[in-house]
Amino acid sequence: MATAPSLLHLGSLMGGVRSVDQVAVEERAASLGKRSIKKASKVWALELAIRMMDLTTLEGADTPGKVAALCGKAIRPDPTDHSVPSVAAVCLYPSLIAQAVQHLRGTTVKVASVATSFPSGQTFTTVKVTETREAVAAGADEIDMVIDRGAFLSGGYQKVYDEIVRIKEACGSAHLKVILETGELGSYDNVRRASILAMAAGADFIKTSTGKIQPAATPAVTLVMMEAVRDFHRETGRNVGLKAAGGIRTAKQAVQYLVLLYETLGPDWMTPNRFRLGASSLLNDVLMQLAREKTGAYQSAD
Amino acid sequence: MEPRSGRWFPTINPATEEQLSEVSEALKADVDRAVTAAASAQESWGRLKPSRRARYIFRISRLLQERSRELAVVESLDGGKPIKESRDVDIPLAAAHFFYYAGWADKLEWAFPNRRPRPVGVCGQVIPWNFPLLMLAWKIAPALAAGNTVVLKPAETTPLSALLFAEICQQADLPPGVVNIITGAGKTGSLLVSHPDVKKVAFTGSTEVGKLIQKAVAGTGKHLSLELGGKAANIVFDDAPLDQAVEGIINGIFFNQGHVCCAGSRLLVQESVAELLLAKLRDRVDTLRVGDPLDKNTDVGAINSRAQLEKIQGLVESGLEEGAEIYQPPCELPAKGFWFRPTIFTNVSQSHRIAREEIFGPVLSVLTFRTPAEAVEKANNTPYGLSAGVWTEKGSRILWMTERLRAGVVWANTYNRFDPTSPFGGYKESGFGREGGLHGLLPYLGLN
Repeated sequence: MATAPSLLHLGSLMGGVRSVDQVAVEERAASLGKRSIKKASKVWALELAIRMMDLTTLEGADTPGKVAALCGKAIRPDPTDHSVPSVAAVCLYPSLIAQAVQHLRGTTVKVASVATSFPSGQTFTTVKVTETREAVAAGADEIDMVIDRGAFLSGGYQKVYDEIVRIKEACGSAHLKVILETGELGSYDNVRRASILAMAAGADFIKTSTGKIQPAATPAVTLVMMEAVRDFHRETGRNVGLKAAGGIRTAKQAVQYLVLLYETLGPDWMTPNRFRLGASSLLNDVLMQLAREKTGAYQSAD
Repeated sequence: MEPRSGRWFPTINPATEEQLSEVSEALKADVDRAVTAAASAQESWGRLKPSRRARYIFRISRLLQERSRELAVVESLDGGKPIKESRDVDIPLAAAHFFYYAGWADKLEWAFPNRRPRPVGVCGQVIPWNFPLLMLAWKIAPALAAGNTVVLKPAETTPLSALLFAEICQQADLPPGVVNIITGAGKTGSLLVSHPDVKKVAFTGSTEVGKLIQKAVAGTGKHLSLELGGKAANIVFDDAPLDQAVEGIINGIFFNQGHVCCAGSRLLVQESVAELLLAKLRDRVDTLRVGDPLDKNTDVGAINSRAQLEKIQGLVESGLEEGAEIYQPPCELPAKGFWFRPTIFTNVSQSHRIAREEIFGPVLSVLTFRTPAEAVEKANNTPYGLSAGVWTEKGSRILWMTERLRAGVVWANTYNRFDPTSPFGGYKESGFGREGGLHGLLPYLGLN
């Protein structure tokens, strides 16, 4: 368990975080987006994308019926092709955890729940801690928390840090993903700073976005976070995972994220334990492209 | 065209050593014929209504874009450069140069007010093998816009894209004699630059040959511009965005296998971040894909010729003998063709040959510094002065460095970035005259 270092230490840590050059990082991300992936690798990449997927529904109108359907799809994404693997997890609101747990019992699919007053995080720390604890008690394997962007942007790094440490404690054995909500952070420098902060506070994963704010995940912002993960690993030896979420809708985009991952963090990160794609509509396109690669024909969209 | 010399020479694919084609060797009779054609076309082309001239040049640029895929493949086949680069850099930039100078053709009076710009006459242009079509564009576009006719000789190892360009000129209905392409080696080049009817000589290539040309044209009254070698310093300060600096260093030295006159072949890194930066750099070099230039994922292609490969090997051996430490990634190289692993030398001192001589290959020499003044001193400690790079978050330091670096181009937090609007050229043994931008018109104009 992470222990909070003194404010003094944290101050120097923040000052020492390196800057990011916007033009260059966007150029690099774009150039990796041009990689061409050949057929056998493409099938492998698409299947890996499914295994890395957090199939998500985060709507006020979610119903038990929708959760049941989502879980069915998570376990067996393509009912006509049993060779297609299950997704990594379903991701939903805390009130639906119990139902998901029921449907997913005995499968490899994890239950991930957002918590800490998702998506804004604008509530009391005690409420966030309680929410997290109850979510874990209800059976969540993974908790997706949001950071306090207000505190972060006003320089209250210690507050953000302490809150992550407390949520991590509340998680117990559940995995903690820390959502930076990069679309609200304003610069790549801040994304990098928030990444280092979250990792230092004990995050198991850092995650780009809630999906409720635009822009959500972009290749460049994800690349900045990957570079932070790489540097954190170089400094501390600890492996932190990464989740790109929001705005990833096509198989082509998903494969581009995998290219970024491979080129930046290498083969060690090409596993659902270290990388996730959070998405609500991506799976259908991946399945369609996968079928296309396997059969040579597109299925109808119906 | 059938050469009067009756002689042909092969051009090969450096990635496979297979012959691609046979190309005619232009000797005296052929050079005379080309220069005469250019001289007889000169008057009508020079007096053509400038907006009409612009129209031809615009047409050429559009054709370059239309035929960009074909040109990219030819460029990669003949020269060994990765298709990614010929597709995304060489061809689009070549077209952009023609677009840019087409725009100047009817605005010369405004570009040089009260100076009565007029064409200088037939231009003899000799270009290198590293960016065949792009160097052709840098030479031909401003020359045509200024109202000159040209005779251009591409390098003997990479003549094909220039020959395709000749076809494009025909397609554009360019009047006969305005653009003439002759192929051949050094002998052809020397016949061209010393031809009495050539009024202006433009050369891009090695400093050695540049000096010979300068001697040959001395006292003849010919205009001359030279763009020669370089040994650029890429300077990384401790506050730089390191991950992006690593990309810049990689791009600076491994772009086009390091066959770049402005390549960032000397890395000067501030001591306090040297260890971290080098660790990152080695990791990054390990991910470079070396191989088939026609594979879209290839980062580093084939060395252009056997002669160049031998030159690189010789200099790398000298680096080892002089005590520098070498790092090369464990990548596999194809069995046939000319290949060289991306190479990083550390523990390099300023007196080493690898820190002084232009290697023109994928070989980086790393030196360290402690203060900005030391960085400037080391960066300027070279007979060349073509380009430099500065990596720092501090804007004031960029300006401070730029004032002191003796280099024609200084890139800040980027490297190897080209644009037709931006003048390019060197100091000292890197040559004189500028290409690109308004400055790029000057060598091709007489101004009263």
